[in-house]
Amino acid sequence: MQKPLQTGIQGRAKFIVGGLLILAAVIYLIVSATQANAEFFMTVNELKSKGNSLVGRSLRISGAVIGDSIQYNPQTMNLTFEIAHVPGDNAAVEMGGGLAAVLHTAVTDPTRARLTIVYNGPKPDLLRDEAQAIVTGHLGEDGIFYADELLLKCPTKYQEAVPSQVVNGN
Amino acid sequence: MLAQFGFGVFVLTFLLALFSVGAAVVGYFDKSDRWVEAARRAMLLIFPLITLAVLALAYLLVTGHYELQYVYSVTSNDMPFYLKITALWGGQAGSLVLWSWLMSAFASAVTLRKWERDRELLPWVIVVTSVTLAFFLSLTILFENPFARWWQTTGGDFVAHMFAPAGAIPVTPADGQGLNPLLRHPGMIIHPPMLYLGFVAFVIPYAFAIAALVTGRSDDRWIRLTRRWTLVAWLFLSLGLVLGMRWAYDVLGWGGYWAWDPVETASLMPWLAGTAFLHSVMIQEKRGMFKQWNMLLIILTYALVIFGTFLTRSGVFSSVHAFAQSAIGPMFFAFIGITFVTSVALLIYRWKDLRAEVEMNSLFSREALFLLNNLLFMGVLIVCFWGVIFPLISELVTGQKVTVGPPFYLRANGPLFGALMALMGIAPLSAWGKSTYKTLGRALWKPSIPSAIVLVVLAILGVHNWIALVGFTLVAFVIFVTLFEFWRGARSRQKKRNENFLVALWQLAGRNRRRYGGYLIHLSMVVMAIGILGIELYQTTTQKTLAVGEDIQIAGYTLRFDSLAQFPYTDGRIVTRAALSVFRGAKFLGDLYPRYDYYTTSGQPMTIAGVRSTLADDLYVVLVNWEDVSAAQAPFKVYHNPLVNWLWIGSLMFIFGFLVAAWPEREEETREWKI
Repeated sequence: MQKPLQTGIQGRAKFIVGGLLILAAVIYLIVSATQANAEFFMTVNELKSKGNSLVGRSLRISGAVIGDSIQYNPQTMNLTFEIAHVPGDNAAVEMGGGLAAVLHTAVTDPTRARLTIVYNGPKPDLLRDEAQAIVTGHLGEDGIFYADELLLKCPTKYQEAVPSQVVNGN
Repeated sequence: MLAQFGFGVFVLTFLLALFSVGAAVVGYFDKSDRWVEAARRAMLLIFPLITLAVLALAYLLVTGHYELQYVYSVTSNDMPFYLKITALWGGQAGSLVLWSWLMSAFASAVTLRKWERDRELLPWVIVVTSVTLAFFLSLTILFENPFARWWQTTGGDFVAHMFAPAGAIPVTPADGQGLNPLLRHPGMIIHPPMLYLGFVAFVIPYAFAIAALVTGRSDDRWIRLTRRWTLVAWLFLSLGLVLGMRWAYDVLGWGGYWAWDPVETASLMPWLAGTAFLHSVMIQEKRGMFKQWNMLLIILTYALVIFGTFLTRSGVFSSVHAFAQSAIGPMFFAFIGITFVTSVALLIYRWKDLRAEVEMNSLFSREALFLLNNLLFMGVLIVCFWGVIFPLISELVTGQKVTVGPPFYLRANGPLFGALMALMGIAPLSAWGKSTYKTLGRALWKPSIPSAIVLVVLAILGVHNWIALVGFTLVAFVIFVTLFEFWRGARSRQKKRNENFLVALWQLAGRNRRRYGGYLIHLSMVVMAIGILGIELYQTTTQKTLAVGEDIQIAGYTLRFDSLAQFPYTDGRIVTRAALSVFRGAKFLGDLYPRYDYYTTSGQPMTIAGVRSTLADDLYVVLVNWEDVSAAQAPFKVYHNPLVNWLWIGSLMFIFGFLVAAWPEREEETREWKI
């Protein structure tokens, strides 16, 4: 059954208005949710240079774990460790000879900026010297970073592996 | 030898795909059926050939040919047979091979159908599927060759190449690294093929859409021809997503099922576009509207399918899935750009032919509500897309990398999901064509009353979270409407034909499979929503280091740490397993065995939670740390996940609803051929 074609401006206007309202709602949702939940991804140096202006904001910091600084109390599950600055962008990491080398330099260089991390929870297995830590949380007034989430990467494990024991020939 | 054979087959199939593209184009413009037939035959050769290459690769994997880099990286001697087979898609190169293989199977199936009618579409269906296939084959040949072998160069370095670099000698490792332990799980074994089947099957409706655009057909033939393909694509994509969730819940040990990881989000995006498409094609079939919109949706779905594969495979975004990094990103980017721009240009060229046959005139009509459904799906899609690309945009514009996590997605998508649920309740009660808020209101008040009762009861029972109140009320509303629809339909049939109520119900659903199958799928969605609301709003967690005999409390449960055992397992892992007794008050409920597997060869740990699952809640216990574990004490993290089981129950209902909706309908088939 075909309806007569009705091309009244009035007929169309309500759909256009309705569509625009939905669009506005989606844009509002995106903008407000982004503002409320954006996490700034930064390096230790960037964090230090911004000083205390970032206190309380949701941050995500990447750095190299200093093995000697790891303190863990299994009873209270209080975990404290330090991370050293590593460059944030991939090109700089490549220049430095790959992630493993960059992490190694960061840990052995005493002049690098360091950040103390406090976390309450089980100590991850991958939390070791020269691992890359990506911590999510916020900076306290005391300059200590309170992490809600730890993500650790051991470059040696995820590297494209090359055979270690080989038999030459076929 | 077998490796060279496999590689040779890939080169040959790539050339065949290119040939079929060329022959189909020539055949179309020269109106030469012989060329089209040549293209079709070339296309048909591809599937058996790739099958041979896949068999060769499977044989090499199973027999441990570690001289091949791919075999070396995903298998090892101690892996069981079935895992060696599934290692076929355990790495990047292999999963691209799987993609091509499935794509060629679907392309063959489509070219095999009787092409007496609609033959003018054939050449362009071949062109689209072959171009897609050629693209994936070229990735395999140029960048991700699973047949490349190890060589030692004169400098002493190990490199992987298909052919010997100058002066290099071949090397053969004695054992491989083995499959990533995280991937040794039934969910992970089926999840990628399911997802890929879904991805690949969406290429078929897209191919028909493009064929219709090129040949200038403005009817809904392409939609009718590919309806079942679309449904199959949608089923597999949905199952792939659910299996991925289940895998995350079982294996990743963080008590959740979905993390809004960019890769997860990327596989959700084609599902969103595909779901919108699935709904809006019904309007084109019924009313001749939304033609341009449907074209746009299927083009978008295709682009998102490739984008999804690209995100999983390129490592552009660091995420849980980042073990698949490589340099194929630019290729993907170029391919998506070219196909998208070409498709949209074609659509604009045909824009006027695809005008609606009927004008929409009522805001409360069924078709207007379908449009609203589509807009909401697009809204969720835009939110997801924004969340995935926002870090890139902000880095490009401000130099500052800013990411958004799960709270962003939940906050932005939550209201949209809520609106979609409300729509699932309202739409079945609306009428086609002319419908006013009065007629709609009259249909709505009946199911609204029991929903309001649910709301009041929940509030009295102590639910004070307003999101939960709204969510559960909407769930109840959809359930009431759907059951009411079944009841009303069966009842009227019962009266008219004097049938038993159950017979009437059976006949009703049998005669209108698409409609009632669709309703069942709606039901399954809200059942899943119960689980999602439960875990998202009411999950609680606690952690403690326990000495043997000590206990930990959560949500009225008491868990007592009884003992700890450590033993090696045959496939080269060391298992550390704790035993806990679960009590509710003084009542003993059972034992839980969270464990911690350490794979010695790869040095990878894996945490398997101990889960006690009931319809009301899940108790999810993780033995968190291996190093601090001793026979005397161990650290535990316990999650209480209310209602989460309904998520999985809903998934099973979804499959049932899908079968009802997609089961071949005899009457419809005959109608289809009569036109």
